[in-house]
Amino acid sequence: MLQQLGHLPMGWLLIALIAVFASVAFFVGRIGAERILLSGAPALHSRPNYHGYFVAMWAIIPAVLVALVYAIGAEPFARGQLTSELPPAFDLLSAPELQTYLDSVSLAARSSDYAGTDLVFTAVTNRYLEIIGGLNIGALALMGVGAVLGLLFARRRLAASFRARSLVERGMEGVLFLCAVVAIATTAGIVISLLYESIQFFSVIPIWEFLFGTRWNAQTEAEFGALPLFFGTFMIALIAMFVAAPIGLFSAIYLSEYAGPKARAWIKPILEILAGIPTVVYGFFALLVVAPAVRSLALWINETLINIGLASEPLLAAQPTSALAAGLVMGIMVIPFVSSLSDDVINAVPQTLRDGAYALGATKSETVRNVVVPAALPGIIAALLLAVSRAIGETMIVVMAAGKSARISMDPTSDLTTITVQIVSLMTGETGFDDPKTLSAFALGLVLFAVTLLFNVIALRVVQKYREKYD
Amino acid sequence: MTDPAASSFSTPEALKRLKRRRAADVRFRYYGLGAIFLALSALVLLVLSIGSQAVSAATYHVVRYDITLDPAVITPPGETTPEDIARNVDGFWELARDNLLETFPEANRDRASRIEVSEFITRLAVLPTARKVAARPEMVGNPITLTAPLNDDLDLYLKGQALPERRLRTGTITAVTAQEDGFALLEGQGAFTPILTALTTLQAEGVSMDEGSILITAGGATGRLHGIQAGTARLELLTGTLDAFRNSTAAARLIALPEAQRVVSDQQIAWTFALKEMGRISRVPRWTLLTNSDSTYPELAGGLAALVGSLFTMLVTALVAIPIGILAAVYLEEFAPKNRLTDFIEVNINNLAAVPSIVFGLLGAAVYINFLGMPRSAPLVGGLVLALMTFPVVIIASRAALKAVPPSVRSGALAIGASQMQTVFHHVVPLAAPGILTGAILGMARALGETAPLLLIGMVAFVGDVPTSPTDESTVMPVLIFTWANNAERAWEPMTSAMIVVLLAVLLLMNGLVVFLRRKYERRW
Repeated sequence: MLQQLGHLPMGWLLIALIAVFASVAFFVGRIGAERILLSGAPALHSRPNYHGYFVAMWAIIPAVLVALVYAIGAEPFARGQLTSELPPAFDLLSAPELQTYLDSVSLAARSSDYAGTDLVFTAVTNRYLEIIGGLNIGALALMGVGAVLGLLFARRRLAASFRARSLVERGMEGVLFLCAVVAIATTAGIVISLLYESIQFFSVIPIWEFLFGTRWNAQTEAEFGALPLFFGTFMIALIAMFVAAPIGLFSAIYLSEYAGPKARAWIKPILEILAGIPTVVYGFFALLVVAPAVRSLALWINETLINIGLASEPLLAAQPTSALAAGLVMGIMVIPFVSSLSDDVINAVPQTLRDGAYALGATKSETVRNVVVPAALPGIIAALLLAVSRAIGETMIVVMAAGKSARISMDPTSDLTTITVQIVSLMTGETGFDDPKTLSAFALGLVLFAVTLLFNVIALRVVQKYREKYD
Repeated sequence: MTDPAASSFSTPEALKRLKRRRAADVRFRYYGLGAIFLALSALVLLVLSIGSQAVSAATYHVVRYDITLDPAVITPPGETTPEDIARNVDGFWELARDNLLETFPEANRDRASRIEVSEFITRLAVLPTARKVAARPEMVGNPITLTAPLNDDLDLYLKGQALPERRLRTGTITAVTAQEDGFALLEGQGAFTPILTALTTLQAEGVSMDEGSILITAGGATGRLHGIQAGTARLELLTGTLDAFRNSTAAARLIALPEAQRVVSDQQIAWTFALKEMGRISRVPRWTLLTNSDSTYPELAGGLAALVGSLFTMLVTALVAIPIGILAAVYLEEFAPKNRLTDFIEVNINNLAAVPSIVFGLLGAAVYINFLGMPRSAPLVGGLVLALMTFPVVIIASRAALKAVPPSVRSGALAIGASQMQTVFHHVVPLAAPGILTGAILGMARALGETAPLLLIGMVAFVGDVPTSPTDESTVMPVLIFTWANNAERAWEPMTSAMIVVLLAVLLLMNGLVVFLRRKYERRW
């Protein structure tokens, strides 16, 4: 019986029940208010609908709380309970093995045709379903009781002078506030989960070894010196900025100082298309077009250098995937980040500064170079910092076109790996959460988060300070 | 006043300097133009390179097989229910292969040839026919026409993308004599001079034809040429009859790549031409790209499962991110007191919008999957991860839209006795709705193209079935593109491009909707 209940589609059921409770309670409240009116009360303080909302609010608050507790707590509780009931033989399993076993149990329980040859597994899964079934029926019952109690409590308070609207509005404001707090919760979630897993990782691998070690071989040898990854990330971001900074900056200058309104209306959205293209498309472009082109160029350079006697052996690595290919394409991707923001700050430079320069006899380009750009410099630097932060955090282009070998090499045609590439390759394997491999991905993620956050904070500070100056 | 002509600005040096300065001015302008040109040409290159590949994948070659549904093969004893028929892929496949063996008797000569001919049709390619027959079992025993995609390598070959080859025509072949060693002697006055010329050109270009093949085709017959001289050549017949070459000019193909290094053999090329000559191969639009799910065979693969997966994921994202984003924006813009907490919330929102997407993937893996025990690879989890990424975008756009509503609207509503909540939800939010909506659509468009965080929560697994609920194992379009791009076979390249075009089309549609909404509802106060 309990076992069957374990198969209940709880997600849908909870949502549907909350909707049912809410609508029933609403009508109870509304009809209650109308009765008060019919019984000859002079006037209600709040309109009947608000009485309805009030009762509905009280009915679903307990229901939603129960549903939330269930959603967060049911699975961990069931696993904990199951683990404590497992026969002693299971004590031989290490924590990750047990985790994997429990994963397969809960997966089997979901698919409902797990009755295989392994009797122990079937028995464990049955027991798991029983526990879940108990939790399910308990949650549903608790929800019902809570909703009914809330409804009755709220219904009793209805009266002609009852200020239902004020209370509903206060409740609504609470909901709005909670929605805004999700932003804090998300940041907190990121920081806590990254820190939690990273601390576990650093208890196995010393932090200085991680930050300054030069050998990265996480997949096979458990060597976690991340310096080559930092180097690769830095190198590719640098190449990207070599592309994006001049192109983005000159585009912004042209758009804001030279282009007519018509050209501007066309070119600006087209440039912004570059920011809207999914990064996986850039990655494929890098793989399909840019990487082969870079490779043949490198091979040609090698050959030419040997032919004219400047080198005796190939100078460039000329690998099929290379830092240069990834960097070039990433550069194209971040152009709009540079140009858009630079355009804004250049436009914000007061016209009087330009007029002053013209009055001194400066040509347009001299004005731009010596007056407008220096005046806009903080904003431009902020734009560049934001673009660097984009480039560092970008994943798909490097995963597809930059390669996987962790090395420190100044040769841009060799394949370098980055923080993001390694996170993806570590997390897409079949390893449990207690494995140092998986944990190292979180340590890398922490570094990535910290660095990009730093860049963003500096950039935002710079922009704010700068804006205050001219407003 | 001094005479302007005598001022220091009109000395020859000054004029020279002025000229230089003006030249620098012009140059500077061209730097700007050049930068924009570079950026736009990168975009054009990207679109063209992917678009041209996609066009070639938009159609593909299918082969017609006229077979009789032999009950002994289709419904062997004990397997006669419709389910059995639908499962009997091997039976249908055998019938199609035997049909080819009948068409090309020479394929029966050895095992290697039989394997070569069986590569024309993938086993799973007969599945639609098997299902059709299973739905109407009375068809068993009757002749039917089975249409199945041609092997992907041969498909690419017919599209001219598999092998570099040089095509030309021979002169008229006047005599064909079969010889004892199995070869045939072709004769014709100067018939093979064009080939000899082409060989010389190729040699001059540094292309070696030593191990390559020279194939000639006339009618439905194809053979390989050896010992070519101006007037004679020895022919190794691959398929068809010798008669086809008599008194005809043949189409010749010079393929430099040695047969052992190719994915398609000379024999398979010969059969393909023969089938084409018989009118059994036709090039049709590849609707399967949208109606099939993923497959390990490029000719059968499609994006339906990923499309549905994307739909479920976006549904979850929209249901979570849009309400939370709008309500949070309303709070911050209309209700929030100015204090440390709200400042902190604002800082958080601005930072979240700039956090690398992969970090959200780590968050999803740690919290949703590891801590809450949600299923891996499910649109539910993917949607929740993307929702966390999207709602800051929705908040920022919604706040801008709310800010644009003039205070007079609020004052008016408050003046006639509305509460603040009523003012906001009855007047301000409806007026800001178009702006909020466009922000939401843009946020969803960004989420739809996102790949990296979904890789971390396991949405990269091979999914052959269309998911039916948000908790089913599933993948999404960008991840499918990533998976296909990683496949080694050449045929995946155009398929990937075609899938990218589908994704970009959806994104373009969403952005077009935004532009339309802006045009229609934009209001200047």
